[in-house]
Amino acid sequence: MLLGRVIGTVVATVAYDGLAGVPFLFVQPLDKRGAPQGAPLVAADATRMAGPGELVAFEGGREAALALEPWFVPVDHTIVGIVDRHDRYDEEATP
Amino acid sequence: MILGRVVGDITATIRHPFYGAKKLLVVERTAPDGAPLPDYLIAVDTVGAGPGERVLVLDEGNGARQVLAAPDAPVRSVIVGILDAVETEG
Amino acid sequence: MQLARVAGTVVASRKEESLEGLKLLLVRQLDTEGREAGGFLVAADAVGAGPGEVVLVAAGSSARQTRATQNRPVDAVVMAIVDTWEIAGETKYTK
Repeated sequence: MLLGRVIGTVVATVAYDGLAGVPFLFVQPLDKRGAPQGAPLVAADATRMAGPGELVAFEGGREAALALEPWFVPVDHTIVGIVDRHDRYDEEATP
Repeated sequence: MILGRVVGDITATIRHPFYGAKKLLVVERTAPDGAPLPDYLIAVDTVGAGPGERVLVLDEGNGARQVLAAPDAPVRSVIVGILDAVETEG
Repeated sequence: MQLARVAGTVVASRKEESLEGLKLLLVRQLDTEGREAGGFLVAADAVGAGPGEVVLVAAGSSARQTRATQNRPVDAVVMAIVDTWEIAGETKYTK
């Protein structure tokens, strides 16, 4: 899993069977200091509760699809948690 | 498997049910000599690793699900060992 | 997933047997502003997307998690057709 910041939403009414109603969000991946790293990606939201501005944990690869029900769906990134608190032992907590 | 150091932890109240009460640690990748590398990952702790400890991380889904005995879990990275020493030639 | 625009179709009459009958699309990756950025990609079509449409593409082993692509040598699949997307509250694209 990696940390990311939700920066936007994507609406797709036509999607593969099994993905109806699954929210898709734009996520900016973050590095270990919380700074943006790499290009934003689109992730399915398995929590169905994440929104723009939130810090999230997301999984990539086939594991991403396993967070969804049904899991046999073509999804390569999924938000699996909304982060309340991220402590770095050598720094102040964020957010 | 990769080498890393525990540099932080994550609290997420809303999360996929599989993660339940599992401890999620932020692991910074390290070189064999322990020098930090830019990459990091969030991994499930199965061994009771503590802050600053050097750890061995399995970053592959099939193995991770086997370790956690959870064949359908959305998980890929698991801390599977605490390092005592890494020896390199020369 | 990544945003992409369908740039065309790919036809290959001589191919790995298990690719028979699969519709292959040529897609161009888009950035969050909708600009053509990054490269071209060949992706299997799981939703019936047409030329010019903006789509979501899932990559890696996740791409084989559709009825059309299961157990086939495919590493990217078009799995949704995008209607609209929004970044930081601003609509960047509408179909």
